[in-house]
Amino acid sequence: MHILEAEGLTLRFGGIRALADVAVAVPKGGITAIIGPNGAGKTSLFNAISGFYRPERGTLRFDGADITRVPAHARAALGLARTFQNVSLFRGMTVLDNIKLGGHNRLRAGALGALWYLGRAAAEEARLRAEIEREVIDFLEIDHIRDLPIDALAYGLQKRVELARALAMQPKVLMLDEPVAGMNREETEDMARFILDVQEERGITVMLVEHDMGLVMDISSHVVVLNFGQVIASGTPAEVRRNPAVIAAYLGERAARRRVA
Amino acid sequence: MRIGDFHASYRHDEALFDTRAQRVWLGLLLAALAAFPFVGGSYLTYLACLLGIHLIAAAGLNVMTGYTGLISLGHAAFMGVGCYAVAVAERAGIPFFLALPLAGAASAAIGLVVGIPSLRIKGLYFAVATLAAQFVLGFVFREWESVTGGVRGANVPAASLFGFELAGDRRVYFLIAPLAVLMLLGARNLFRTRVGRAFIAIRDRDISAEVLGISLFRYKLAAFAIGSFYAGVAGGLWGYFFRVATPELFGLPLSVFYLAAIIVGGLGSILGTILGATFMTLIPEFLRALVGWAEAFGLEQAGVYLAPLRQVVFGLLIVGFLVFEPHGLAEMWRRTRRFFHLWPFRT
Ligand SMILES: Nc1ncnc2c1ncn2[C@@H]1O[C@H](COP(=O)(O)OP(=O)(O)OP(=O)(O)O)[C@@H](O)[C@H]1O
Ligand SMILES: [Mg+2]
Repeated sequence: MHILEAEGLTLRFGGIRALADVAVAVPKGGITAIIGPNGAGKTSLFNAISGFYRPERGTLRFDGADITRVPAHARAALGLARTFQNVSLFRGMTVLDNIKLGGHNRLRAGALGALWYLGRAAAEEARLRAEIEREVIDFLEIDHIRDLPIDALAYGLQKRVELARALAMQPKVLMLDEPVAGMNREETEDMARFILDVQEERGITVMLVEHDMGLVMDISSHVVVLNFGQVIASGTPAEVRRNPAVIAAYLGERAARRRVA
Repeated sequence: MRIGDFHASYRHDEALFDTRAQRVWLGLLLAALAAFPFVGGSYLTYLACLLGIHLIAAAGLNVMTGYTGLISLGHAAFMGVGCYAVAVAERAGIPFFLALPLAGAASAAIGLVVGIPSLRIKGLYFAVATLAAQFVLGFVFREWESVTGGVRGANVPAASLFGFELAGDRRVYFLIAPLAVLMLLGARNLFRTRVGRAFIAIRDRDISAEVLGISLFRYKLAAFAIGSFYAGVAGGLWGYFFRVATPELFGLPLSVFYLAAIIVGGLGSILGTILGATFMTLIPEFLRALVGWAEAFGLEQAGVYLAPLRQVVFGLLIVGFLVFEPHGLAEMWRRTRRFFHLWPFRT
């Protein structure tokens, strides 16, 4: 069963084709990795799925419904959560408030209820707080930083807070754009453990863009390879690793890098 | 310097102490507010009423501009809507406790009319739309004579409760002060909930706000409606206080006055709203005193320059704070407090 299916996605920036007729099917409950050289279109694919790039062609189906025309905020409400390649937290707020924002769609208070606060708004805020403490903060081991402003955190912790915010959305699909970029060995292992727990214990489908091939091969159940905006291979990690087109794409990149250096 | 572990283990006690101390302070403050018009004399009571109105209006503007990032150049016009609404409501025999919410609602409704077309587009466009609203509403105030009384304006009867007239500053004070306290509390409450968090998220990074499921359009509209509601109530109180509504009261200079208040006080801060509104209430009084002295010392024409002088000072304050202290008086206050908190171990 596929929880997310993209077909014929095409996205252009001026002369650059970021996505060219991309088809991706994401199996429910697994970890799907999207890999490919720099500029291959991985982030663009995430942006098209989460809804703030409008592809010029193609369709998207999520959990049985066509979401091609659904605006970004409504896709989030349907159960699509994501993190960004360059951390995108709200710097003026504390860690806790950032995470609470993930719960936005599960709360109901309107403007008047919020102004009055007492009663319903206060009760649902208390519920959210308790739930976040239990299911997100304890789980990701970030109790010691909940009251700190984002700027006070090291990069690795910021990435973890961004994951926390996405988890607070209780999504069906979690899209992680380079979750371990810039992390040391230990932080990477922690993150890998969290991702596996999210998938195994909560049944959340994970999509993952990552350059760390060790991590990709270790934890993903399905791999899609992009190059110049096109899908050049997909399959199990073992299949993809043997695929000559993939090897060529990566060797090509390495060769090109050598020429530049 | 507070150290993390220390803070964590004593957090509970500290919070308890904190709230108890805060309750005592709040009680004292409320008592002082209740006693104020009896102790303060007529001039200070007048100033307090004016401050109350400015507080409500500035709180509304800070919700939209400071917290949500929507710059409004038409706040005064929305106050005008509230003021005229109260004049009309009183003529229809509607009592003040209904007329004031109606004034807020009327203003919020016009806010929606302006906001729905202009909030779909980002940034400057909205500011220009509010500027247009400022002038269009001013035009309506002047020309719709049957309702507004044109340039001569409309009289506003005193608010009355079961035949008891809230006439005179001291009595109106007891209408304005409680409302100002309530509406500041309301503004504070907003930011303890998902609604206020969404506002800040939109201001800080609207792309990631959307990815969290926040509809930018809906929440910008909500912020604008809340801000306009506050302006409407403040305008209504203005009517009950000055007992008159005229078009030139609610012009662009007053809108700029409120922008100055929240910039000087601190954008996106309740404390900033309070400090800024207080500061800006006192500035014109100070300038008037200054001009008075100048006249007393033989500069007989000094009075002529009062109005332009005021505009120049407001402008300088806006620019000065934006350049040198963008977080306003609230930040200066926090810095001072931190200084004494750490003193003498760290300076
Ligand atoms: N907003 C944009 N405006 C113009 N061009 C863009 C934009 N976003 C992406 N591109 C271009 O589209 C192509 C694909 O970019 P994308 O960010 O999707 O790559 P990526 O696979 O995520 O790369 P990386 O591994 O470096 O993150 C690149 O050529 C990039 O320059
Ligand atoms: Mg990328």
